[in-house]
Amino acid sequence: MSAQIIPTRATSKARRGPGRIVEGLLSSLLFPFVLLGLWALSSVLSPNRFFPGPWKVVTAFGQTWLGTSFVVDVLPSLGRLTLGLILSIVFGIVLGALVGSFRPLRSLLEPVLEFFRAVPPPVLIPVLMLLLGISDQMKVAVIVSGAIWPVLLNTIEGVRAIDPVMRETAASYRLGTRDRIFRLVLPAAAPQIMTGVRQALSVGLILMVISEMFASSSGLGYRISYFQRNYLIAEMWSGILLLGLIGIALSLLFQVSERIILRWYHGTKEMERA
Amino acid sequence: MLPDPALFSAVFAFFSTHPETKGVAVTVNRKLTSALLGTLGVVVFLVVWQLVPTLGLIKATYLPPPTQVAGQLVADFGDATFWVALGNTLATWIIGLLLSLVLAVVLGTLIGLSPLLRRGTRTTIEFLRPIPSVALIPLAILLYGLQREAALVIVVWATFWQIFIQVLYGVADVDPVARDTARSFGLGWFARLRYVVLPTALPYLSTGLRLGGTVALILAITAELVIGNPGLGGLMVIARSVGNNLSLYALVVVAGAVGLIINLLLRALERRVLSWHHAVRAEVTQ
Repeated sequence: MSAQIIPTRATSKARRGPGRIVEGLLSSLLFPFVLLGLWALSSVLSPNRFFPGPWKVVTAFGQTWLGTSFVVDVLPSLGRLTLGLILSIVFGIVLGALVGSFRPLRSLLEPVLEFFRAVPPPVLIPVLMLLLGISDQMKVAVIVSGAIWPVLLNTIEGVRAIDPVMRETAASYRLGTRDRIFRLVLPAAAPQIMTGVRQALSVGLILMVISEMFASSSGLGYRISYFQRNYLIAEMWSGILLLGLIGIALSLLFQVSERIILRWYHGTKEMERA
Repeated sequence: MLPDPALFSAVFAFFSTHPETKGVAVTVNRKLTSALLGTLGVVVFLVVWQLVPTLGLIKATYLPPPTQVAGQLVADFGDATFWVALGNTLATWIIGLLLSLVLAVVLGTLIGLSPLLRRGTRTTIEFLRPIPSVALIPLAILLYGLQREAALVIVVWATFWQIFIQVLYGVADVDPVARDTARSFGLGWFARLRYVVLPTALPYLSTGLRLGGTVALILAITAELVIGNPGLGGLMVIARSVGNNLSLYALVVVAGAVGLIINLLLRALERRVLSWHHAVRAEVTQ
């Protein structure tokens, strides 16, 4: 078996020369630049009121977001998003581990949970506004009300699907409750939990924006729809760009933390494949 | 006609004594218990909801009890505007879903089949995909006004990526041996697509369709809430602005029920499409 692995490693290393890196960079960056060029070209050739050129958007980006607005609009939005996501993840995992561990509890709650998951989360914004008023709590509650479901349901599934042999082994070794939770339940369910967390991130970002578009006088979502209502087109595009960048930053952050948290899992998978 | 008790007990005895079929009786029993518990859960939830406003923990104007909401629902069901709004929402949903499906399948197949295109577009896809669909709401309003087209921009943007990524993976997942075999048997481009690529990609596609269907509904209603185009979301905006909280809660329940039905339908569809291939199914869910 090892005789098979060594030559493949050697070949893959030999192919990873400087030429390969240049080729990789070229192929991954060529298309974005072509698109950018087309965008710039079309904005010069046929100027459209609603589609300003890339240079205009970048200038607007600098003027709009890099200044007081960063402190007044962007940071509070990100703060609410972070708080909402942390609450969703913590409560999702705790409740999910609880519900997933006890079959009767799971059967009891399953239909109710199915219904709440099926409710499109933005629908709850008017209801939460009614109950909590227009406040920061309401916005965080909106984020939690949508982002908790993917974490909760995936944790339940993950805990439920733990290998019975592992569970029985833990029982016959008389692992204490705490050991069982931190050494068996959470690690075994971690891959599934991470799937839920990834969905929660994108749902949370969407809800952050909508909760601010709906009822707010500050924040990213409010700003962007303010620009739209006042026909500040380049500024509006710069807001879309900023939201895109936040989305990308979140997904990068997720990828890095997933690689760290699930290192053992990817390791075992590779072992299985080899 | 009632089942014969003697027959019943014989069947029961058969199930409980046969070691191989004993499991069937146990699972049936277990299913029954969990169904009962599930019903109990719903009942408990409704009772708690009823008690909270009745005991005055939250004012009934802010949280109307389920009995009142049920009454409002019955009234809604007799109202034409409700059905028109529901129809509008579902129309936006299905048009958006179909548009995304066609776009995603065509683009996903084209890009997924060519390693060159796949590598070339990867960074662009990774950049565009995380852009939240709601960020495009202002743009959609500028382009199309407060119309269904504006809502469709949002729905298609979000749904497209869900299906596209699945198609991309599915098409690229073709077993190299199968592909080479098809080629050496002289199958043409179209035949290879039909007999090699399609069966591999189908499970991925139906997963994408299920995910996309849920997302499309969420964004159809979200767009109506924010843009105000006619539909369930539009009705909610009206209910909120006139302070009709009862109607608001009834609409939330309707939105949840629609979501639940769509979810169950798409899951059933997925199971049906995939019934022939359990091994692939296990791969997809991982």
